[in-house]
Amino acid sequence: MTRTKLISGLIGATLLSTGAAFADPVDDNLIINEEIEIVTRTAAPAHLADALDEVMSGWLFRGTETRAMESDDFDNPGMIFVEKAMDSWETVEGSEGKSCASCHGDAEESMKGVRAVYPKWNDAAEEVRTLEMQINDCRTTRMGAEKWKYTGGDMVNMTALLASVSRGMPINVAIDGPAQSTWEDGKELYYTRTGQLELSCANCHEDNYGKMIRADHLSQGQINGFPAYRLKNTKLNSVHARFKGCVRDTRAETYKPGSPEFVALELYVASRGNGLSVEGPSVRN
Amino acid sequence: MKRSIITAIALASTAFAVSAGEIAPTEVSFSDGTVAESLTGVPGDRESGREIVGSKKLGNCVACHQVSDLSDVPFHGEIGPSLDGAGDRWTEEELRGIVANAKIMFEGTMMPSFYKTEGFIRPGNAYTGEAPDDTFGPILTAQQIEDVVAYLATLKE
Ligand code: HEC
Ligand code: HEC
Repeated sequence: MTRTKLISGLIGATLLSTGAAFADPVDDNLIINEEIEIVTRTAAPAHLADALDEVMSGWLFRGTETRAMESDDFDNPGMIFVEKAMDSWETVEGSEGKSCASCHGDAEESMKGVRAVYPKWNDAAEEVRTLEMQINDCRTTRMGAEKWKYTGGDMVNMTALLASVSRGMPINVAIDGPAQSTWEDGKELYYTRTGQLELSCANCHEDNYGKMIRADHLSQGQINGFPAYRLKNTKLNSVHARFKGCVRDTRAETYKPGSPEFVALELYVASRGNGLSVEGPSVRN
Repeated sequence: MKRSIITAIALASTAFAVSAGEIAPTEVSFSDGTVAESLTGVPGDRESGREIVGSKKLGNCVACHQVSDLSDVPFHGEIGPSLDGAGDRWTEEELRGIVANAKIMFEGTMMPSFYKTEGFIRPGNAYTGEAPDDTFGPILTAQQIEDVVAYLATLKE
């Protein structure tokens, strides 16, 4: 291992020649619509203290233009989907003749702060629920409507609406009490080296954030910006779809979106971002 | 859940066929991380090795390593050390060991093992995200490992 340290001194020099120039997170501030201040870096939460000093939003690892798109709702393509979700918020569906609005009124009021505390333990159901699970529970038990597909368009749009009304609020998921064992499961998954490439989330997002992996600039893999509008696939991407892509890239058999494994992983990854602002829908490449 | 992770370990690669005269991934003998014997007995082809190191579909070594000789290939990563001069720093035997299974030379390294078929957690079918099928084999073939070693040996400062 000492050998690596000696050798890594060489990297800096060769970097210049290949043009992989922007290695570290940028020094920049995100204020959306000249109004909503987003905390994009802050002290790591206590449970992470032995792994990281600071936690950082993926926004800091994106290029100038991508960052700019997120600072104005007119330029953020994700906001189009928030508008779509506002329509479905008001739309009556299912056997009970209700819409989301029938129970929750104005989303901007009633849903403010909700995104920041999910995934969250649900006492009645005795399970940790993601926002998607809670939305589907409302649809099935209260509206008598069909479930939405976990990573489908209607669902991801609705999570974008719920994120947007909490923007600027600190992520604050609970990891103790009844949620703790799920959190522990998620933590184990985070550090498990999966697939034929034997890579864990931590290999890329804890040990190597700030570095280039081929053409990609590694961030800390935080989920405070989800759902994320990706310029690469020109749509909103949910947390579990992103997890699936990262696990697939380790040449592994992935878990399914909505699976207990990904729910646990989401709680754990969310908790690594405690203190960062809710930022979704974000813009990423 | 601990159990479900672990039961997925070690999906064997029974169907992966090794050509005559080749050392199978499970039969490679390491000594202090090095592999003395050629995996095929056929000398490696430097040009083929060069392609494997640079190609996303093959070794994709440049995902993590800079190689000045491959400046025609865009985007080199910076996870591992530059491979410039690897042929000065390491013998062929050491290079064979590093490429076949770097985790023996560098304990806990992030570098994947390119000639290994067992001991994985949830191995998949290449980059499909699906379960492996009967084509599951090492990431590189025995001859591809030899080709890469031949190429690395020529990387001198
Ligand atoms: C082989 C490297 C690698 C591994 C392993 C990996 N990722 Fe990623 N991940 C990436 C790359 C590359 C990106 C895109 C650039 C970035 O934001 O880091 C990314 C992006 C992300 C993002 C989006 C961040 C944002 O702000 O848009 C999340 C969330 C994420 N990863 C979570 C995970 C989790 C959880 C795991 C483990 C299950 C994981 N990743 C494993 C390479 C990896
Ligand atoms: C996911 C990242 C990754 C990939 C892909 C990768 N390596 Fe490495 N490699 C590393 C790291 C990290 C080290 C440093 C060893 C350690 O961890 O102590 C390393 C070390 C090495 C070394 C010894 C360092 C030196 O002195 O030059 C060689 C040689 C090497 N790798 C060759 C390769 C080849 C050839 C391939 C592709 C067939 C490859 N690597 C793919 C991460 C990687």
